Amino acid sequence: MTGGGRGPAPAGDAAAENTLTRPPEPDVALLEIDNLQVGFDTEDGLLRAVDGVSCQVDGGRTLGVVGESGCGKSVTASSILRLVPSPPGRMLGGEIRFDGTDILSLPREELGRIRGREIAMIFQDPMTSLNPVFTVEKQMGEVLRLRFDLTGEPARARAAEMLSTVGIADARSRLSSYPHELSGGMKQRVMIAMALLSEPRLLIADEPTTALDVTIQAQILHLIREMQAETGAAVLFITHDMGVVAEMCDEVAVMYAGRVVEQAGVIEIYERPRHPYTKGLLMSVPRKGQTKDRALPTIEGVVPSLLEPPKGCRFADRCWHRKRLGEADRARCVDEDPALRSLEGGRVACHFPLKGDETPPVEPPPGAGLSDPVTSDGPPPGTGVE
Amino acid sequence: MANELRGGNGQEVERTGGELILQVEGLKKYYPVRGGVLGGKIGDVRAVDGVSFTMKRGETLGLVGESGCGKSTLGRTVMRLEDPTDGRVLFEGQDLATASRQEVFQVRREIQMIFQDPYSSLNPRMTVGEIVREPLVVHRLGTREEQLERVRHLFEVVGLEGRMIHRYPHEFSGGQRQRIGVARALALDPQLVIADEPVSALDVSVQSQVLNLLAGLQRELGLTYLFISHDLSVVEYISDSIAIMYLGRIVEKGPVRRVFDMPTHPYTRGLLKAIPQPDPRKRRDAVPLTGEAPSPVSPPPGCPFHPRCPFAVPECREAMPPLDLVQGSSEVPGEEHLAACIRKDEI
Ligand SMILES: Nc1ncnc2c1ncn2[C@@H]1O[C@H](COP(=O)(O)OP(=O)(O)OP(=O)(O)O)[C@@H](O)[C@H]1O
Ligand code: SF4
Ligand SMILES: [Mg+2]
Repeated sequence: MTGGGRGPAPAGDAAAENTLTRPPEPDVALLEIDNLQVGFDTEDGLLRAVDGVSCQVDGGRTLGVVGESGCGKSVTASSILRLVPSPPGRMLGGEIRFDGTDILSLPREELGRIRGREIAMIFQDPMTSLNPVFTVEKQMGEVLRLRFDLTGEPARARAAEMLSTVGIADARSRLSSYPHELSGGMKQRVMIAMALLSEPRLLIADEPTTALDVTIQAQILHLIREMQAETGAAVLFITHDMGVVAEMCDEVAVMYAGRVVEQAGVIEIYERPRHPYTKGLLMSVPRKGQTKDRALPTIEGVVPSLLEPPKGCRFADRCWHRKRLGEADRARCVDEDPALRSLEGGRVACHFPLKGDETPPVEPPPGAGLSDPVTSDGPPPGTGVE
Repeated sequence: MANELRGGNGQEVERTGGELILQVEGLKKYYPVRGGVLGGKIGDVRAVDGVSFTMKRGETLGLVGESGCGKSTLGRTVMRLEDPTDGRVLFEGQDLATASRQEVFQVRREIQMIFQDPYSSLNPRMTVGEIVREPLVVHRLGTREEQLERVRHLFEVVGLEGRMIHRYPHEFSGGQRQRIGVARALALDPQLVIADEPVSALDVSVQSQVLNLLAGLQRELGLTYLFISHDLSVVEYISDSIAIMYLGRIVEKGPVRRVFDMPTHPYTRGLLKAIPQPDPRKRRDAVPLTGEAPSPVSPPPGCPFHPRCPFAVPECREAMPPLDLVQGSSEVPGEEHLAACIRKDEI
């Protein structure tokens, strides 16, 4: 990335103090989330969207957060900037420390200073961050003014430079565009350009490429990596794409039903997942060269309700590993909530972590399992009615 | 008077592989772009711009490409949900592009569609049983009892309990709703199923269930699938052949293994390289393709890919390269490896 780290020349002392190149304090991660609990008041009662999430990210590192839809990834991410709408949202407990400062108890003004300066966030839907009534230049200029006190032609030049860095052709003339005049891919790039302009120490990216085509996705991921290499920022990267995680992240936190069930280095997660959910998730993605002659492993069942989460392991009713355990152990899974505990370099919340060679079951080969008298005996398929 | 539900005792064409079930020739679908003071037509969106391909009975053809490249329009035009601007769609020899409404209605029994979004494609005010039964009612097939019997049977086929037929869509999970969409598509015992991003809205753990289901049904019922998706890993898994679209045109087509192992068109090469692999030891460091696809309102002259193509030469701007046999390709109809690039055999 051109010029990302050097910062605009006229930036004052305050800006210099904030630059990203400052090394992270030893032993304390830049971002620490500790037993975070967030709920939503709904008609049916309190929905515990995030129920005891703990994880941390160091400067210069990327933590991937994965898990199925509704498991609390976005709520966790929005909590960091206190963007969870309230009501209906409510902080129920836990701490979020950014560079040692407890964000959840910070006065509004101080939080505002951190937002957009030290922490930037990009979303799946670029219109979450772009204002439809202002031009690209106005919005990018605002970031530069707030962060570096940069205005006028220098700001304009810096904004145009950043636009071309994110791959927007003819950047100067694009500055005067309104968001609706840009394609989806371009809006995404503008939002990312704005986030990178502020040279954050922490970048939170919530499914930033999910709506994009793979060739554009590859470009955006590349940009984020370059920015990070240059500025040493920490990145919290939320996605459901196991390919993107493998490509982007140093560490991975796997979430399930409002909890982190496993966190480890990316190689360990892919090569030696310890939690049965992690392994099931990884194995249900078709591998290169795999064909439909071999059925894919699946995770049967659905996620438990967050209104009344089970008292034991939240994955128990879908857990393929548990089915192979003895009766007493199976009961333990249902009765006792497994805590997230350290295990050989990673952390896992399972009473009976995988040793390595266990694999989730593969259903009978496709076609054999359609237990139906009409299709499996005599009359040809589709008969339906005799 | 109700039609009979199809018995299937030999009155149908044998559903084994081999012959061509679908031949699409020079298909075009343009949408007018209006503008100016009078709101007159100022141009065309060339959503599908001269597409030709064939499908063999019993195969899955994966149709891939980036958003807006015309995949869905192609699927809808093949089904005659849209009237084509030009070209032919031969389904078992009958041209659907010029067929009358009555003929199209009859053919709908043979070609069915599964949609992307299991949340919005099911009518929330109908029970799921009614949703699956509706095509039978529309086509007046069988008595009410026979229809209900078939609905229960279809539920079992897609792995849902028959007693669930009285429930409403919101009571089902995403994967279950997609199964209901599959059951509905199978109600008329179609031969060709056009599946438009059928698993894109699902979590990976649920996605694999639906993929297994589709593969199993194909094996059991001899279905032919046109499987539209932007997810190349899914397409590689489910498909026998693959066609890659770019700006309204097919730029490469062939047996899936061959195309993945020997991608020929420069766009296919870039696209395959851009898929992130679920293996942290295989990270890419370069960006495989720069820029984005231009607007289909004013596609570039010549090869539509030339502005992004790392191999482009001046000739590429002159004429649209034809979709031609790649060196070493099979010449058996339906099994050819084709690419639309003038440099296909030298790069
Ligand atoms: N404003 C809100 N009001 C009520 N419930 C909410 C609200 N926002 C989120 N939730 C609930 O909180 C839970 C977690 O949601 P969250 O958006 O964090 O999921 P996610 O992991 O980001 O899912 P996805 O992969 O679909 O983005 C869900 O059950 C969701 O329905
Ligand atoms: S605690 Fe038991 S049910 Fe939960 S993941 Fe581990 S083995 Fe499975
Ligand atoms: Mg989310």
